[in-house]
Amino acid sequence: MESSFKPAIKFPSFLVLSIVTTAFFLISAMAGENENYTLVIKDHRFRPSELVLPAGKKIKLLIDNQDTTSEEFESHDLNREKVIAGKSTATIFVGPLTPGSYKFFGEFNEKTAQGVIVVR
Amino acid sequence: MFATAIIVFREVLEAALLIGIIAAATRSVSGRNRWLIAGLLAGLAGSAIVAASMGAIANLADGVGQELFNAIILGIAILMLGWHNIWMATHGKAMTEAASKVGQAIRNGQQERSVLLVVVGLAVLREGAETVLFLYSISAAEGSAPSAIALGGLIGLLSGVVVGYTVYKGLLRIPLRWFFATTEMLVLLLAAGMASQAARLLVQADILTKLTTPLWDTSAMLPVNSVPGMLLHSLVGYDPKPAGIQLIFYVLTLAAIAIGMKLANRSLSPITKKGNLS
Repeated sequence: MESSFKPAIKFPSFLVLSIVTTAFFLISAMAGENENYTLVIKDHRFRPSELVLPAGKKIKLLIDNQDTTSEEFESHDLNREKVIAGKSTATIFVGPLTPGSYKFFGEFNEKTAQGVIVVR
Repeated sequence: MFATAIIVFREVLEAALLIGIIAAATRSVSGRNRWLIAGLLAGLAGSAIVAASMGAIANLADGVGQELFNAIILGIAILMLGWHNIWMATHGKAMTEAASKVGQAIRNGQQERSVLLVVVGLAVLREGAETVLFLYSISAAEGSAPSAIALGGLIGLLSGVVVGYTVYKGLLRIPLRWFFATTEMLVLLLAAGMASQAARLLVQADILTKLTTPLWDTSAMLPVNSVPGMLLHSLVGYDPKPAGIQLIFYVLTLAAIAIGMKLANRSLSPITKKGNLS
């Protein structure tokens, strides 16, 4: 009976492989078609601190962290969360969004890193 | 210091709750503590490595490597938790008997030990890497004393551990008749919540592109950064603005594990009757 369960331990590596492969295919299949916007993090602040985005479109948000320390982009309004290493750029997809304002902040430096996305 | 403590607590809480529940669920597996500690240590070591290579991970797969990485970690944890529950469905009776006899642990727990090791290790890895990055990032920033950061981090860590330990102790007080049914239910919901989180990450990475609009918004009623919101998020996968695909992932995981438990219970009942585990 023990033997009947043994494959279960090996299963994850197989699954990991298939997830990764599928994911890469999916990614390469859908390059482009998104509108790009950039937010810069410098001195633990977002620039611009107010970003205007169009409603009803999928947006590719590039977050360029120019500080040497990492930051976590977080927005409860957008339901997004991502760690961005120092001196690097991260990609976050948002939308399609309905008009309104969506607050975001940098969790590691919440005092200064505050901003809002305004969707029109 | 206080802000540091809160952020570290938030990161630690999720892992602590999971460890508390899984430690209770495997109470009568022999050598459990050793495997649990091994998982913890492996997770901590992994955290440091992941934190150090976060930049490299993020750049993989067109800038969504971090989401993929976390989704895969969640996927493995879901498989392990699901497998634990299905295994429990066939061995629950023997586990109950073993647990009721003081000091007697079931011998045939090798797979359970692997589950314990991997689930604990991955939980620590996921939350630990972020904690390491956070602590490193604020200690590199000017104007914060290292001692205050260390103290804040320690308070946050200990508070998280206390919550996890309280959950563990609380679960052990449940009468044995209901104990395994309770932990099975908790593990089932944990796995489903993880599936919803994985779906959210894949939406964020634009890998899942359908059914991405939020179904509802309960963030005014029960914000996810409030204490009950955080607890519910960690335990049952509460999300105030879930995308449709998250709900689908949640329900499918719940159904898949529940059906697996049912089938395992039925197909193995003659063996269970024999009462022979080795």
